[in-house]
Amino acid sequence: MRTAIVFLAVATLAGCAGIQSPLSPAGDQAAALHSLFTLMMIVCGAVYLIVLLGIVWSVLRSGTQRRFDSASGGERRLDRGLYVAASAIVIGLTVLIVGSFIADRALVAAREDDAVIVRITGHQWWWRIEYRDPASGRWIETANELHLPLARTTRVQLASADVIHSFWVPNVAGKIDMIPGRRNVVHLTPRRLGWFRGQCTEFCGAQHAHMAFDVKVDGQAAFDSWLARQGSARAPRRQSGRGASVFVQVCGSCHRVRGTEARGRAGPDLTHFASRRSIAAGTLPMSRGGIQGWLAQPQALKPGTSMPTVPLEPADADAVATYLETLR
Amino acid sequence: MKPDPSLLEQLDRTWRDPPGLWGFLTTVDHKRIAARYIVTALLLMFLAGMLALDMRWQLSVPENTRMTPQLFNESFSLHGSTMLFLVSVPLMEAMAFWLVPLMLGARNMAFPRLGAFSFWLYFGGVLTLWVAHAIDITPDLGWFEYPPLSGPAYSPGHRADIWAQMITFTEVAALAASVNVAATILKMRPPGMTLARMPVFLWAMLIASIMTMFSMPAVMLVTSMLIADRLVSTQFFSVAAGGDAVLFQHLFWFFGHPEVYIIFVPATGFVSSIVETFSRRVLYGHSVLVLAILSIGALAFGLWVHHMFAVGLPRLGNDFYTAASMAIAVPAGLQIFCWLATIGTGRTWFPTPMLWILGFVATFVIGGLSGVMTASAALDLQLTDTYFIVAHLHYVLIGGAIFPLFGAFCYWYPKATGRLMSERWGKVAFVLIVGGFNLGFFPMHLLGLEGMPRRVYTYPAHMGWDMLNQIATAGSAIAVTGGLVFAANALCSYWRGKPSGADPWGGSTLEWATASPPPAYNIPFTPRVDSLTPMWNGGAPLPALDGIAIDTREVLVSSVTDAQPLYRQKSAGPSIWPLVAALAVSAMFIASIFTPWAIPIGALPIGAALTGWFWPNRPRAKIGALEAAP
Repeated sequence: MRTAIVFLAVATLAGCAGIQSPLSPAGDQAAALHSLFTLMMIVCGAVYLIVLLGIVWSVLRSGTQRRFDSASGGERRLDRGLYVAASAIVIGLTVLIVGSFIADRALVAAREDDAVIVRITGHQWWWRIEYRDPASGRWIETANELHLPLARTTRVQLASADVIHSFWVPNVAGKIDMIPGRRNVVHLTPRRLGWFRGQCTEFCGAQHAHMAFDVKVDGQAAFDSWLARQGSARAPRRQSGRGASVFVQVCGSCHRVRGTEARGRAGPDLTHFASRRSIAAGTLPMSRGGIQGWLAQPQALKPGTSMPTVPLEPADADAVATYLETLR
Repeated sequence: MKPDPSLLEQLDRTWRDPPGLWGFLTTVDHKRIAARYIVTALLLMFLAGMLALDMRWQLSVPENTRMTPQLFNESFSLHGSTMLFLVSVPLMEAMAFWLVPLMLGARNMAFPRLGAFSFWLYFGGVLTLWVAHAIDITPDLGWFEYPPLSGPAYSPGHRADIWAQMITFTEVAALAASVNVAATILKMRPPGMTLARMPVFLWAMLIASIMTMFSMPAVMLVTSMLIADRLVSTQFFSVAAGGDAVLFQHLFWFFGHPEVYIIFVPATGFVSSIVETFSRRVLYGHSVLVLAILSIGALAFGLWVHHMFAVGLPRLGNDFYTAASMAIAVPAGLQIFCWLATIGTGRTWFPTPMLWILGFVATFVIGGLSGVMTASAALDLQLTDTYFIVAHLHYVLIGGAIFPLFGAFCYWYPKATGRLMSERWGKVAFVLIVGGFNLGFFPMHLLGLEGMPRRVYTYPAHMGWDMLNQIATAGSAIAVTGGLVFAANALCSYWRGKPSGADPWGGSTLEWATASPPPAYNIPFTPRVDSLTPMWNGGAPLPALDGIAIDTREVLVSSVTDAQPLYRQKSAGPSIWPLVAALAVSAMFIASIFTPWAIPIGALPIGAALTGWFWPNRPRAKIGALEAAP
């Protein structure tokens, strides 16, 4: 079972290397940091080369010494070398400090007046994501998948519901911690369409490794229609099958599906569950096999998760999986 | 001078320990205490290294289920806590314990019984952590346990308490040790060894000890606050009750960053000693090196926030810490210049200890430069808490401190044992460790830049991190093999090594003036020093003073700056009280994990032990003139 799921993951997501890397910037903030990184590599690379040459010089030269005479001019030459070295280090550091200062300012220079407002709350071990609907001002909730409009700034307010987490989408921007009792903000201005990946980077307990999320950068129109759909509730008349009723009874105390009796708030909002790309904060790919596997043995796939192993009759589990697949 | 045999016999009678187990338990000989520290810490280094290898095995394949997340989290927590608190810092203290009196030509530390107490308490900390591990209450939240995760709500049970209390143990022991080392260096220097003539090694140990005194109280405070939150429901870090989770981080890193330099600064002392001896010239830039160490010691307290750039503190403040952190590169760079200049202008030879110095420079500078990168408040947001940091911290700690320590081990091994280590196997170990280390840890920079966070027990197959992880695993295995060769070489040479004589390398400082291994009284006379390199005086015998008692334990106390002899001080003899006191303190610390009543009740046996320890049964020190030796 597990092997099959892993195989599936490889098959669906193969060739996605670089989707979680600061070296492949796809946003303004990451680009500023990438330029700084390049500057650092040039300066530090040169310094390392000089040190290596220094080692080689000292080893080779020591072989030619007959005897050491401190009264000769050697000591004065060394003193001059020392001053040169000190000056060079100070100049190099000044360049890097100024570069760092400029890059740091670039992270907050983004225009805010037409920013998309998103609130993300870290939970052990998943992400509650809420968009403010610009028309109505209400919050539209989803989980574990962040959509961003291209070439526009999204202002993300970060909070935590339990312990400290850290929000990191390296292709778009640097990480910022999510700390209980504090509200941090990060600006994301993506410049490239496509799928990226984010992950929690502050150790947050047993399943820190499985606290990831997908990031999709869309054009403005595609983003607007995605958001409109996420904001819609389910039509109640279509929520009447066996899967729906079992879901409300068994899953509804923790999960919410807007428009139904399932109103739990402890776990992720599942109103548009099947529209997402992965299950359980990046643990499994979204597929029928993934859903069934997750329902059957969450504690084997993500040991320690708050999702309990719910004893369901096979037919019921099947029905719930079918129902979940309809939540697009 | 040649002391006559009856004098040596008398000295030996005065300073040797009682035989057998009683002697073992009561000794206050700084060399025996230091040897215990070193053996314990090296064994722990081996165990923690095995944990690391286990974790590398787990990470060599994506989606690996060999280790459960709980086991992996325990492993990295135990690895980090052991290496930082029970290996690195104690090893550096142990080197100071062993070498400082010898390098001063003194017969013991300033506070011999406090030295024994330090070790026993440190050993209590070792047992607390590892016995807890054996009975499955291993800490599982890393080597720094941030609340609220470590608070009562998210970490029930006693795992977090064990971690916090292990820190109390080791920090009390470290405070005692650093007071001892600082007092010894400041007040027990031989006549003539003014501050200006003090070897860099002693400066390094002095500064590291003072840094310990200033930084350790912060971490003891913060772990005590955590224990109070967990045990008696204080709410220091509880947001709902008006506490602050970030306070913990400030206090922890106010200690945590200086700690890195408490480990690194003694290593610069080793490097300076080794470079001087093998270059066969006086160290170039003595005052530059000393000032560099002083400025590192001062700067170290002004840059703890660089561990917290992602916390979201005010940006302008972060920029200040960026500048302060990068400024460390100035003294560190000048130190490297001075060492290379000494090597290049001396008649240098390159036996194993010197190879370690070259390996140190080549490796440590990579760690220093990646440190400059992470010091940038902006760039750090992409680097921190990824494998880039794992690479950086291992380059700095292993490259910057453990390589010089291995060099120091090879360099002073003949002094400690009277035998030389095998050069051939020493070189094999050097190549395996330095090569394996770089092969194992350099790829981690790339893993971090490809987005792999630290402290993950597994990762998805499609991230493309497999190959680099496999290289890292292979490299660590090679380095561990090298470590085993190193240990085997040290063990075999203990019995089979070539006899070294008192001074096999032609060393420059006073520890080489006495026999190898040094007798219980260290040195038969009090040397008089008139240069930075007292052993290099053109073959003339070392000038010596006499007048220190030989029939009772007595040491010379001198003035702080000029090392003018002031008075003779009675030096404490063997005593069981340090062990009894350490047992009483350990009982109180451990019981206070379970009940707050342990503190008032546990104070009673501690009071009794200290009363016994300080019972006034010694005559006052006699003032007496010092006479020139015949």
